[in-house]
Amino acid sequence: MSVTVQLFETAFPPAALVGPFTRAHPGFGGVCTFVGEVRGENDVEALELTHYERMTLPGMERLAALAEQRFDLMGLLIVHRTGVMLPGEPVVLVSACARHRRGAIDAVDFCMDHLKAKSWFWKREKRAGEWHWIEPRAEDHAALARWE
Amino acid sequence: MNVVTLVFLGKLADLAGESVREVPAPLDWNGLLTLCEEPLAIEIASERVKLALDGELLADKTALVAPAGSEVALLPPVSGG
Repeated sequence: MSVTVQLFETAFPPAALVGPFTRAHPGFGGVCTFVGEVRGENDVEALELTHYERMTLPGMERLAALAEQRFDLMGLLIVHRTGVMLPGEPVVLVSACARHRRGAIDAVDFCMDHLKAKSWFWKREKRAGEWHWIEPRAEDHAALARWE
Repeated sequence: MNVVTLVFLGKLADLAGESVREVPAPLDWNGLLTLCEEPLAIEIASERVKLALDGELLADKTALVAPAGSEVALLPPVSGG
């Protein structure tokens, strides 16, 4: 079982990360990958994610450890951007290799729900030249409750 | 180093007008509220804001005791992913 958790301050190439990740786990039954990108809607010009160095990466590492305990995985990759991003740029990548389909899919779903509602990131959007902080959404917390 | 470093995250940095501020040590909960301007202090006192001391989340933020050289992070609700 291998776990890789990374924070990038500049654009990352999802395919270039997922390729080597899957090749490092020969014999897996399934790989599930989710890539979240900055949506190009509502006139969003840019998205900025700030984090807290001291807690954000350690928190993501604890999340990966939880996923490792909970699902039958061969490998888990969690990558998150910080800084200013433009529409179409990747924000987050979670990829899981497992012997069976369900483990891989559920692990990715679990990690994404926790990244959205529990990880130490603060998001703001630039619309019409003005920055607006994004408040937490009730549906993100409802999604998290599915795993309790 | 007789200071405590305050780190304002998310929109608290906008309210504070800066993301980092050094204040005299030691610092407790009442000291923190007294040091901060009113809109900021009201936000910090609200249930939505959590505190961390040297990277460890405080279960009870009103029990804050930050010694010289420590770092207190002020964490509004997250919105990541």
